[in-house]
Amino acid sequence: MVEFLHQLASGLALGGIYAIMALALVMIYQATQLVNFAQGEMAMFSTYFAWYLIDSGEPYWFAFVATALASFAGGLAIERVVVRPFARAPILASVIVFIGLSFIFNSLAGWLYGYSIQSFDSPFPSKPLLGNVYMSAHESGAILVTFVVLALVYGFFRFTPLGLALRAAAQNPVSSRLVGIRVGWMLAIGWGLAAAIGAVAGMMAAPIVYLDPNMMGGILLYAFAGAVLGGIDNPWGAVVGGFVVGVMENIVGAYVVGAEVKLSVALVVIVGVLVIKPSGLFGRPIVARV
Amino acid sequence: MSAASSASTTNARATFGLAALGWSILGLVAVTLPLYASGYHLFQFSQVLIYAVALVGLNLLTGFNGQISLGHGAFFAIGGYGTAILVAKFGLPYWAAIPLASAVCFGAGFLFGFPALRLGGLYLALATFALAVAAPQMLSYKGFDAFTGGAQGLQVAKPHAPFGLPLSVDQWLYVVCLASAAVLALVALNLIHGRVGRALIAIRDHPIAAETMGVNAALYKTTCFGVSAMYAGVAGGLSAIVVGFVSPDSFGLYLSLAFLVGVVVGGLASVGGMIFGALFIEFVPNYADQLSVYFGEGAKALPGAIYGVLLILIMAAAPSGVAGLLQALARRLTGARRA
Repeated sequence: MVEFLHQLASGLALGGIYAIMALALVMIYQATQLVNFAQGEMAMFSTYFAWYLIDSGEPYWFAFVATALASFAGGLAIERVVVRPFARAPILASVIVFIGLSFIFNSLAGWLYGYSIQSFDSPFPSKPLLGNVYMSAHESGAILVTFVVLALVYGFFRFTPLGLALRAAAQNPVSSRLVGIRVGWMLAIGWGLAAAIGAVAGMMAAPIVYLDPNMMGGILLYAFAGAVLGGIDNPWGAVVGGFVVGVMENIVGAYVVGAEVKLSVALVVIVGVLVIKPSGLFGRPIVARV
Repeated sequence: MSAASSASTTNARATFGLAALGWSILGLVAVTLPLYASGYHLFQFSQVLIYAVALVGLNLLTGFNGQISLGHGAFFAIGGYGTAILVAKFGLPYWAAIPLASAVCFGAGFLFGFPALRLGGLYLALATFALAVAAPQMLSYKGFDAFTGGAQGLQVAKPHAPFGLPLSVDQWLYVVCLASAAVLALVALNLIHGRVGRALIAIRDHPIAAETMGVNAALYKTTCFGVSAMYAGVAGGLSAIVVGFVSPDSFGLYLSLAFLVGVVVGGLASVGGMIFGALFIEFVPNYADQLSVYFGEGAKALPGAIYGVLLILIMAAAPSGVAGLLQALARRLTGARRA
């Protein structure tokens, strides 16, 4: 029973990381109907940036905020320079461009920081928080950070004029343009936000999976699974999906198939959801106008 | 008017002649290669031909039918492991094992094509991405250790030339790869230039119109997925006997994405262009390795950087890849106008 609760707790911690990655994916999907296959490598690159700052003596939380801001700027720039020219291209072209981006970030990280695995310190104390015996401090801290990020994102979209403009631009670009919203810039800001959120996911994941250029491959896959499970056009669905996938991965990995084939859980979830209920648990059914 | 049109026909004919000349030279080089290339170079060119087969398969699906697969490395793996298991554990000869393994791939592809039907382009990309990431883990699954050799992989004995032909092992394997690639490329060309090809392209360009015209889109799409997977399977099987070894780590996401790179570089919706795509993905990592003298460990990052930058540049500037550039060049040389 204790073992089961341990698995459940670490599943929740990982699930939180998948949840915010899935949220980043959904943000870009809502605005452009595209899934950013480079999201994982972008987050990995941001995490290396944070590691570099910490390594050169900056305090952790300064590095954390600086990385999120730098990632926001980076995501914005990528949308303006690389993604924008393909806005009207077929899906295949966009997918190829995203794969190209992920190749570039992967090699850039390897070239700048090397391919050896680095440890990444957790900002949280080594003693469990609040006398919680089932979770390490980092796991509780990661869940806490997840909820802070979710609250911030919710507050931003719900209560700020910019958030409202972003939602409007995603839902109805033509009308938004008519009322004076710069739709192009809103897309760029969406990319920036997604990059910043991804960076937070990367920094929370690094103490668990260690830092190397391929660290995000599995995490991105679980985030995909979470987003598909919750409904790829529904941010809160994606968050729930991320948590569910995190818990499921750990429990199924520990008790059913064995930890060494855990990744197939994500494959089964993705294919299963798409076959049985393609819109996911909370998504709208996909309707195509003929 | 008639003079102008007849001039453009002659030019088109000249373009065709130029293409025929180019292919004849390429074919001649390919056929005579075993006479002067060393064993290692033959091995490399066998790899090129193997990749070309896989790329033609992926291009049938992605380039001609518009279904995005980021997971063809998994079907390559099924072909490779299938062949290796049949040869090493059941003692089948390779010429029986490869077709059997490819038939399994056809089945696997056909079955994967069913959920693919309900998935728009993007969802299929997601599902196949998941397949590519999960494949190495599934291959090293402990439950199948007896067959797959687990994480250690499986050795396959390389076959010798039959009928006492005076060919070394490398030469014979090269000949097998060349023959397979030539036959499969011709089959693909025939498929594309007939009724089936028109249906596939129609489904890609306008699915609703295609169905209205009586094309059974579901059947064509699943079958196309199956055939495409079968090509990947043949390539995987050939690779197993040419390399003499299969292991889970050689069939990861990187392989699947390299296939995509090859298709894009060679030219989407082109069969002939795949040989250039295959040359590219075989030799770029090789040459990058040699540059490690200058770049040190950074050379490891070089192929990925080249892949990434080229993918974006090609999509922006030359979406039809090397094949499109060569066609444009031939037209420029002969003064033929665009068809």
